[in-house]
Amino acid sequence: MSLLEVKNLSLEFRTRSGTVHALQDIDLEIKKGETVGIVGESGSGKSVLSFGILRILDSAAKVTSGSVTFAGMDMLGASERSLQEVRGREISMIFQNPRTALNPIRRIGKQIEDVLATHTSTLREDMKKKAIEALAKVRIPDPERRYSAYPFELSGGQCQRVMIALALACNPQLLIADEPTTGLDVTTQAAILSLISELARERKMATILITHDLAMASEYCDRIIVMHAGHIVETATTADLFNRPRHPYTARLIASTPGPEQSIATLASIPGNLPDLRRNDLPSCRFHARCEKAQDDCVTGPLPSQAVRCLHPL
Amino acid sequence: MNVLDCTGVKKHFTVGKGAVLHAVDDVNFSIRQGESVGLVGESGCGKSTLVRLITRMLDPTDGDIIYRGRNIGFIPARRFAGTQFRPKIQMVFQDPTDSLNPRHTAFDAIAEPVRRLGSVKDLERVVAEAAKMVGLPDELLPRYPHQLSGGQKARVGIARAVVMMPDLLVLDEPTAALDVSVQATILRLLADLKRDLGMSYLFVSHDLNVVRMLCDTVIVMYLGKVVEQGPALELFQRPAHPYTRALVKAIPSIGGRPGEREVLQGEPRSPINPEPTVCRFYGRCPQQRDRCRTEAPLLREIRPGVVAACHFS
Repeated sequence: MSLLEVKNLSLEFRTRSGTVHALQDIDLEIKKGETVGIVGESGSGKSVLSFGILRILDSAAKVTSGSVTFAGMDMLGASERSLQEVRGREISMIFQNPRTALNPIRRIGKQIEDVLATHTSTLREDMKKKAIEALAKVRIPDPERRYSAYPFELSGGQCQRVMIALALACNPQLLIADEPTTGLDVTTQAAILSLISELARERKMATILITHDLAMASEYCDRIIVMHAGHIVETATTADLFNRPRHPYTARLIASTPGPEQSIATLASIPGNLPDLRRNDLPSCRFHARCEKAQDDCVTGPLPSQAVRCLHPL
Repeated sequence: MNVLDCTGVKKHFTVGKGAVLHAVDDVNFSIRQGESVGLVGESGCGKSTLVRLITRMLDPTDGDIIYRGRNIGFIPARRFAGTQFRPKIQMVFQDPTDSLNPRHTAFDAIAEPVRRLGSVKDLERVVAEAAKMVGLPDELLPRYPHQLSGGQKARVGIARAVVMMPDLLVLDEPTAALDVSVQATILRLLADLKRDLGMSYLFVSHDLNVVRMLCDTVIVMYLGKVVEQGPALELFQRPAHPYTRALVKAIPSIGGRPGEREVLQGEPRSPINPEPTVCRFYGRCPQQRDRCRTEAPLLREIRPGVVAACHFS
């Protein structure tokens, strides 16, 4: 049975300049213990999707259809109170920029204790010990001393380790990591990702890794979901996706990812931009205007709701 | 003659009583006409400080910065804008969204350096030409940054840097904020511009794949020091310094196996009052030995054209 199931989810934002159709007909499943990547350009709806799963959306957002089920619980119908029980304990999230996600005027040890106090029945006298253990677990050097440090006293990589410690403090079943290494150096990125995947394996925790870096997703994920302009355009196991991409957008993304064999001459770009999601006459396939295989039925025709959302796959 | 020669360039900041932060420590390198030099290293290694020294926004503590045989390191930063050199050394900034004034149109952004440094006689023509060079359609010139896409904003940022026809263009992570979908077009634009205008590039980036594609020579910095320098391809195929090796191995690639990766453990040493006898990479280096603690390695030639600062490479 799957841990998380999103069915037919559509979500829009009502803004002054029109309704933004941010997500449409999203279907996905996450099983226990698996690591799934969500990739796509900025603006494709990766973060909105994860916020939608946790229901931490802006008040302008409106779910127009669909369901989100986590471990049997209806996330969209649940009360705010029961959601608070789930968030941080069962599903936790690592946010993009650790420096802005941490409280700048609270010592990091106390921030971990806050999570423990909210979600666990840890005794007050054990708090400090548990917090230090959590810091040691993510390999913060000298955790006893770092316990009383403020975020500004730590490097970017260490702040991200603190974020991971916060997210994993309650042994969640699902971890959503939203661009966990953006802004970090490649060497730090490698250390952070191997830490996340090691802890995930150890705890049999399911992980959603949101990234725009296809190469990174290929290294750490079992399965990859490709998003474009609020649609999931392709879902496949990592090996299949890279060996045989079916959706033209996936193929384009792979060709535009810099790799050791790429040169400036071979590196591809993707023509055009994401369509304006405020339009009311969005074509059935939102990649239509950028696609070399596009035909008339891509605008009007219903698209297959399978793993490859394309009428003319590769 | 080289476009730029840096010799013994240092920048130290006093950060407290007796505490001196060695941001850039004794850096030497040259950039030839038409050459593009990549500058890589992790945050805090002194890349940005070095860039600010070269673009003369910051005064060096010591050393010479020589532009075409003229020492420009002695001109105080606040007076540099009034000199003949300012138009010749220009910069493309990191995030095109943050570095464009939201209340200036694309035209104004590109026109500003001309208004400040050049003649406004043919302003419209000069701006239109710069826009053409970077592939920015005329009809986008009256637009404000929020009406432009990421790639278009990047083009505006490049156009305003090349509008004065500089000799040396310093690019600070020009593609870091861009999606991969437009990255290739911007990289190709930069390669074409360099060829057509004969400019030299100092290309700062932590994306090593991008550096490899665009640069002839690469300089690797670690904690204020240059630890390795050599031809780009060679640096990737046969990195000499253990830090360069870790950097190259850390790049994710499609189909790569993270399990086979040596992950650098530990945190960098403090750049404040660094001990002169200890290698700056000591404490994180997978190959460190006792000698690295008692004698800091100097840059030496490892192979023809490749220098590295390590006792054991």
